[in-house]
Amino acid sequence: MYDYTDFDAAFVAERNRQFRAQVERRIAGHLTEEEFKPLRLMNGLYLQLHAYMLRVAIPYGTLSSAQMRQLAHIAERWDKGYGHFTTRQNIQFNWPRLRDVPDMLDALAEVDMHAIQTSGNTIRNVTADHFAGAAADEIADPRPVAELIRQWSTDHPEFQFLPRKFKIAITGSPNDRAVTRAHDIGLRMVTRDGAPGFEVIVGGGLGRTPMIGKVIRDFLPEGDLLPYLEAVVGVWNLLGRRDNKFKSRIKITVHEHGIDEIRARVEARFATLRPTFTGVDQDLLAGIRAAFAPPAIRQAPTDAFDAAYAADPVFRSWADTNLAAHRAPGHAIVQVSLKAQGATPGDATADQMRVLADLAERYGHDELRISHEQNVILPHVHKSDLPDVHAALKEAGLATANIGLISDIIACPGMDYCALATARSIPIAQQIATRFEELKLEHDIGDMKIKISGCINACGHHHVGHIGILGLDRAGVENYQITLGGDGTETAEVGTRTGPGFSADKIVPAIERLVLAYLEHRESAGETFLQCYRRLGMAPFKAALYEEAQAHAAQ
Amino acid sequence: MPREFTPKVVTANALLEGDVVYLTAEDRWSRRLEDAELITDEAHAQIRLLDAQGQPDVVVGAYLADARPGPAGLEPTHFREEFRRTGPSNYLHGKQAPPPPRT
Repeated sequence: MYDYTDFDAAFVAERNRQFRAQVERRIAGHLTEEEFKPLRLMNGLYLQLHAYMLRVAIPYGTLSSAQMRQLAHIAERWDKGYGHFTTRQNIQFNWPRLRDVPDMLDALAEVDMHAIQTSGNTIRNVTADHFAGAAADEIADPRPVAELIRQWSTDHPEFQFLPRKFKIAITGSPNDRAVTRAHDIGLRMVTRDGAPGFEVIVGGGLGRTPMIGKVIRDFLPEGDLLPYLEAVVGVWNLLGRRDNKFKSRIKITVHEHGIDEIRARVEARFATLRPTFTGVDQDLLAGIRAAFAPPAIRQAPTDAFDAAYAADPVFRSWADTNLAAHRAPGHAIVQVSLKAQGATPGDATADQMRVLADLAERYGHDELRISHEQNVILPHVHKSDLPDVHAALKEAGLATANIGLISDIIACPGMDYCALATARSIPIAQQIATRFEELKLEHDIGDMKIKISGCINACGHHHVGHIGILGLDRAGVENYQITLGGDGTETAEVGTRTGPGFSADKIVPAIERLVLAYLEHRESAGETFLQCYRRLGMAPFKAALYEEAQAHAAQ
Repeated sequence: MPREFTPKVVTANALLEGDVVYLTAEDRWSRRLEDAELITDEAHAQIRLLDAQGQPDVVVGAYLADARPGPAGLEPTHFREEFRRTGPSNYLHGKQAPPPPRT
């Protein structure tokens, strides 16, 4: 884990001191809201539907036990006893009072955390594969690079007033769990002739105009990363449309100018910038790498796991569904679902956070991860400890065995909280999860990603859901559009709209018809929904959605 | 033809708490929609909005929202305003929350 240097700590403390004074001036009436708003956004503070909301960065999704405990403390002391983990590996507190926010930020700083650049037209929290440092399929741990980017981008003087927000994601595995192709810049760690480097993808993004990113450089040597990133962001900073908010993201710049022209401009800028990087960044990276040294993995028999697996069907189901392959023998990556059927996706109570912190400390080398799929990961657990871990999770209501299944739904806060939302997301997620739990079909359906956004901005990643749901306001009524065939992995694709949307009381039955159609049409239990859709196309699903509904109406 | 003016209330978020407030006819800010002044005249609505916007040390983001009289007092016409006056649908938080116990 990376610990703040004196420089980092002093920087965050100074920023917090400034913000405390800004809040005081706002309350005293010396700053107008117009003057204050950009200042609070720079520090992650939004004003939402019912209250302020503080968005705290969890850089590359990595937390220590102490940090998780502090989040629990903050949730209890200044909020309503819970936090909401988001699709960008952040945590949001939904009910802070303005006066308390400076204290919350100081409490975060105590554990090397902040809310800087979690909003505004800046480079946002860098996200990474949530299995980083643990995955069996990994080439290299992306987190040291992500930390380097965090340091480079934080308060970068050239990039504080960008045309719009800018999001970077990085993966060290060929299996893309970080949705790199739907980011402004996606970085895939690769090697060429034994040398480490990156495939650089640019101009991906969801939102109003979803686009899959394009490869701008198929191999960038590791040492060239920062000057190259600076060149990309710099070129966009000049070219990006500031006249139209809807055309300001780099995906539109790339689309309008073409990837070849953007590449040429970036390479020209890079040629100027490269010599100004003297190698200090690489020295820094080497230091950061040392902080992310893999934990000392123990060799031990796995008998306890094998016995529980054979004897306890509940444990077996959880193990089959929620564990992922670890690179070290005898170990597993534990995925803790924050998606108990009927619960709010991504929410954890302070007590649950403490249980997770305790488990990480006792069994998991003090490490936790937050996934963009709004779950929590214990990345390094020895298999012999899994029965104990499972028992503790069960007691805390955290042992739902549904990772990657139909109730493991991504949902943005939607109109239950968000001022931008056009419809609610959370109740739709709750109802879908509850319905398929009733039907007892979840495990039969298998691999299924449903993603729900409550507005066109697509925080719920609906475009890359196997089934995507977009909530809109149609003539003063909540209306839900469905897209099919989206994919956020290395085979990324934007889903296709099925047709007219459904009202709030018709959307869950519509999803049920879709899924039943899949079960009917799949070649075998081994063919996933996405594979089935790719083989058959839209027609049978469209028929299930619309013709059956018409038949019902005609009865 | 210009659209017919529909009755409005002035609403905003409180500066300190961030919660939803409504402007009353007595120039107070109330947490309850029922207390709001229902404005039926467009010119008066603009003046009341200016009055609200002139209180930046009390409220943030004042605007005019549609409302209509109902059996139990004023009610919103749009679902967004219904959520604003109630709270989120996943927890009993916000305005729908039971009052804290007296200590």
